[in-house]
Amino acid sequence: MSMTVIIGALELGGIFAIMSLGLYISYKVLNLPDLTVDGSFTLGCAVSAVLTINGHPYLGLLVGMICGMIAGLVTGLLTTKLRIASLLAGILTMTGLYSINLKVMNDSPNISLFGFPTIFSSLSFLGTYTRFILIIMILVVICLLLCYFLKTYLGLALRACGDNEAMVKASSIDADQMKILGLSLANGLVALSGAIYAQHQSFADSQSGTGMMVIGLASIIIGMAFIKKDKISYQLIAVVVGAMIYRGILTIALLLGLPSTDLKLLSALLVIVALILTKIKMRRHRVC
Amino acid sequence: MLEIQDVSVVFHQGTIHEKMALSHVNVKINQGDFVTIIGSNGAGKSTLFQTISGAVSPTSGKIFLKNQDITHLKEYKRSRFIGRLFQNPLMGTAPSMTIEENLALSACQGHYFRLKPITHQQRQQMREALKELNLNLEDRLETKVGVLSGGQRQALSLLMATYAKPQLLLLDEHTAALDPQTASKVLKLTDDIVKRHQMTTLMITHNMEDALRYGQKIMIMKDGKILDLIDEEKKKNLTVEGLIELYTSQTHEYNDRILLRNEAVL
Repeated sequence: MSMTVIIGALELGGIFAIMSLGLYISYKVLNLPDLTVDGSFTLGCAVSAVLTINGHPYLGLLVGMICGMIAGLVTGLLTTKLRIASLLAGILTMTGLYSINLKVMNDSPNISLFGFPTIFSSLSFLGTYTRFILIIMILVVICLLLCYFLKTYLGLALRACGDNEAMVKASSIDADQMKILGLSLANGLVALSGAIYAQHQSFADSQSGTGMMVIGLASIIIGMAFIKKDKISYQLIAVVVGAMIYRGILTIALLLGLPSTDLKLLSALLVIVALILTKIKMRRHRVC
Repeated sequence: MLEIQDVSVVFHQGTIHEKMALSHVNVKINQGDFVTIIGSNGAGKSTLFQTISGAVSPTSGKIFLKNQDITHLKEYKRSRFIGRLFQNPLMGTAPSMTIEENLALSACQGHYFRLKPITHQQRQQMREALKELNLNLEDRLETKVGVLSGGQRQALSLLMATYAKPQLLLLDEHTAALDPQTASKVLKLTDDIVKRHQMTTLMITHNMEDALRYGQKIMIMKDGKILDLIDEEKKKNLTVEGLIELYTSQTHEYNDRILLRNEAVL
């Protein structure tokens, strides 16, 4: 395996780690299965690509993230104020986003960014590792910010919401507000990841978000299987490590000759296997 | 302090399942009163609590707390000045968070949008408060609440419910799920805290002895109505037998042994 392949896998792993951290907030912290992810990832891609073509790659990341947060806000409002089940609320937003994403991309199913300056090209003086260094830097900053945030009072209220809803309902925490906040934050991170992904691949596709929820879930489950600590800092590291391992497995599978069209099937199988393994482990634990 | 004016609660109104859970309830609780509430299942005790705390909105009537109309105030907003404790010890705490994180939440009093972590000074205050529980929890701030026993969790929930000094404390059979020894310990603790802070408290109990031992007044409920509010003078001379007699004569239910189950035999 050549160095370029490894670095390439780590770069993608880093990008998807940002998305997985978003999913960690909705799936683990808030305990809400959020399917908006597939749509908000593409939304991030689309916004970032359009702004990059217009010469604003950095703005592309920022606006992409904000758009993702708005998507999360919509899902949050649907599930709290209109009392639609969170799973369905996510699917509704995701479906709606499909059309919106195409509108953002000016009705073309894909946009190529070749030849346009991206966040990576403007820092190319760092050499072959530019992409890798930049992605890792963004990832570290996000991890540190998240780790701090989840220990603040607001973060505690958010975590309590996913941990014991009955308690939160009887407390002075506005559970609806927390859910909306958490879903916005989660989808903001997912869209940011999509925005970086588009510039990294120099390509945005209206289908690129398909299966992202499963990838994020796989990263979380794999990571938590390896790092079994309850502390927030360890959990965040677990998610990042999980995303890297997941990418590693996919890269090896591709090198071994798996057609890239089978990747999604492999992703789904990986999640199933990981879930079964954790279940078996838990059962053994109980017997002991 | 707390004034309930002609409050009625009807569930499933207009259907065959229609049930009058509270029927024209009028009551006034004074500042600093500790009132125990007794009554059989379905008497409306819990509905009364839910109406006061905002989990159920009354079909008619008004609720005042410190002369402020709170009838239509949202539940989470009322929780800033109404502390609550439930029968289930798992209800009051977040299991995968630590003791200090749980306590920090209850110290917030509704001001959650703060991007600050717990300070050293607040940690010190928590330790002081935990010492009063006498459960050696003050050295275990970093322990996950999920590993504590039911009694420890309920004691911690009690501390959390009273940490921000609420104006009103509602205890809904909060010791019913604990073993007798732990239950009496938690009740003693409750009494200490309520007395120390002179908190206005309402406590639902099925135990006649506890109803007599704690608090200054006893409220008897039946069929969504308050039948009697026994004052301090009268309560002093009351025995368990006297209370049961009073209860059965007022509710016209003479099968008290079934109704009051083992509590009466105690």
